[in-house]
Amino acid sequence: MTTAPQTTAPPQTSDRGIPWMRVLLWAAIAFTVIFSLAPVLWQVLTSVKTNDAITADAVVYFPGLDQLTADHYLDLFRRNRFYIYMFNSALVSIVSTVLCLALGSPAAYALARLRIPGEQVILAIVLVVTLFPYILLFLGLLEVVRAFGLANNYLALIIPYTAINLPLTILVMRSFFQQLPKDLEDSARVDGYNTVQMLWRIVLPMTLPALVTTGILAFIFAWNEYLFALTFMTREEMKTIPVAAAQLGGTTLFEVPYGPLAAATVVGTLPLVLLVLFFQRRIVQGLTSGSVKG
Amino acid sequence: MSKLELQNLTKAYSRDIVPVKKLSLAVEDNEFLTLVGPSGCGKSTILRLIAGLDQPTEGRVIIGDRDVSPLPPGDRNIAMVFQSYALYPHMTVRDNIASGLKMRNLPAGDIQKRVQEASGVLGLDPLLDRKPAKLSGGQRQRVALARALVRNPDVFLLDEPLSNLDALLREQVRADLKQIFADQKSPIVYVTHDQTEAMTLSTKVAVLSNGHLQQLGHPNEIYKTPANRFVASFIGSPQMNLIPLSRVGNDVALGDFRVPLPSGSTAKSVILGIRPEHLRLPREGDACTVSGDVFLVENLGMSDLVSLRVQGDPSLTLRALLPADATWSKENLRLALPPELIHWFDGDTEQRLNA
Repeated sequence: MTTAPQTTAPPQTSDRGIPWMRVLLWAAIAFTVIFSLAPVLWQVLTSVKTNDAITADAVVYFPGLDQLTADHYLDLFRRNRFYIYMFNSALVSIVSTVLCLALGSPAAYALARLRIPGEQVILAIVLVVTLFPYILLFLGLLEVVRAFGLANNYLALIIPYTAINLPLTILVMRSFFQQLPKDLEDSARVDGYNTVQMLWRIVLPMTLPALVTTGILAFIFAWNEYLFALTFMTREEMKTIPVAAAQLGGTTLFEVPYGPLAAATVVGTLPLVLLVLFFQRRIVQGLTSGSVKG
Repeated sequence: MSKLELQNLTKAYSRDIVPVKKLSLAVEDNEFLTLVGPSGCGKSTILRLIAGLDQPTEGRVIIGDRDVSPLPPGDRNIAMVFQSYALYPHMTVRDNIASGLKMRNLPAGDIQKRVQEASGVLGLDPLLDRKPAKLSGGQRQRVALARALVRNPDVFLLDEPLSNLDALLREQVRADLKQIFADQKSPIVYVTHDQTEAMTLSTKVAVLSNGHLQQLGHPNEIYKTPANRFVASFIGSPQMNLIPLSRVGNDVALGDFRVPLPSGSTAKSVILGIRPEHLRLPREGDACTVSGDVFLVENLGMSDLVSLRVQGDPSLTLRALLPADATWSKENLRLALPPELIHWFDGDTEQRLNA
């Protein structure tokens, strides 16, 4: 490779003019990135701008040094006690995600591996559940929450979030289990694993990427959910981030608190971004490669 | 020590889908039984029944003198090598090999020793700490074998273990397999659709078709005296010439030529079978010959596979393996059919007529 004399053979593409395909490709990439990330960037910039810079007549796109401030973030935690909402959101999201995986994966495994009579019917029903606009479930749920006295209880969010995410979990995990080579499970049984040991020590480790992927989806849903959280949680210390952010008030009735709102948005989004970045490699990694001839 | 016996084994998925029908056979110590047959003949199902991965509809599986039919696979003390190797992807090679032993709570030192032994035999020592994803196909195959060997099982089951290897490697591993299993006392049941593997490895071959046992015997016996038309056509490469003919007195007419029937046969129609490698250029004293025009020559290197149309009936074709250094003409080539190498089958029952 390196022995080829570079002086005698100049790269042929250089005198073919502008490589339009590449230019076009990069232009498209740049456009997509700006189009999707510009609003996020605007929120981040707003959250660190002083109130004067935010409301200035001439739009301040990039704040100067004297226009930077961390006040909005400090406000969020000092005045609005945002850590309470973060804790609530985290608790509800994590518990409902774990529940979802713990209930959904065994169901998916059974649907993928056992010959259950009426399997197609069960799957159809699971799918139908996802078809309901969830605003329709809302009124019914409100009555249920009232009847069981669950208002201002974490369970009032955990149970519906789990239920709404279950169909997706079951369908995704089922198709994943179907791809897992059956030979591995047979081999484990010949090796003497009983069903529980086999699932725990052989199937589960291979299922991790799928669990992480569906888990993240379920988590994002629960973290971002607004309507149920708004209705079922009325006490201030039970609210989740989306509700709390929406209810941020200014110092007067007529002031829209752009700065704190932007800061709340960033604080609410950051955990999701970190989560996805952290697990990204796990999602992409094909853990099953190498077990059977591929 | 141990002996594997199948009694009246039947597996039915529905009334019409019966992959195994009333199969009875026994495999003794030091025996290497190969189940061979075309795809869908039930051979893999039989293996799964022996392993306990599927439950038989009827019949029993006996290992040693205990009936293991009601036992789960883990309690049968068998080892199985899967076609796909089925290595656990999240475990190292060492853990993969040891997994069966760990499940039986053997002392750690014991496990260590047995893993060392098996990995030594199969040359896996440098790979012990790798994950299966980092291994080549041949290496994975050896790990799968090692996992079976360390178990010291009462029965070895191998399900087409070579079919995922490329042709060159397959030949080499086949030879290795033969050596490795020559040292094993336990009975071995090996499933393949490759007749070369069946012939080279086994001490006993069971030819299966449609869930029925067609013939059970030593590889030579299967090759020299196939029990019926199916076995004759399945075993041997290139395939045996099988020509349905009707009887004319005590002979059959093969185009313009007459071939005498074996004495004592009464069948109205017969099938004449002769292997391409047994057809030869005539020598002095050959009574039974045919001739015809060659329409295809396939060069196999050490010999030529010659196809010819028999004179007198252009619909009859014969294929013959002739040595590459022989000289012959394409037109009106004369070939001898040594009578002792002709296989006769009944035209209706397709069973063998001559001994």
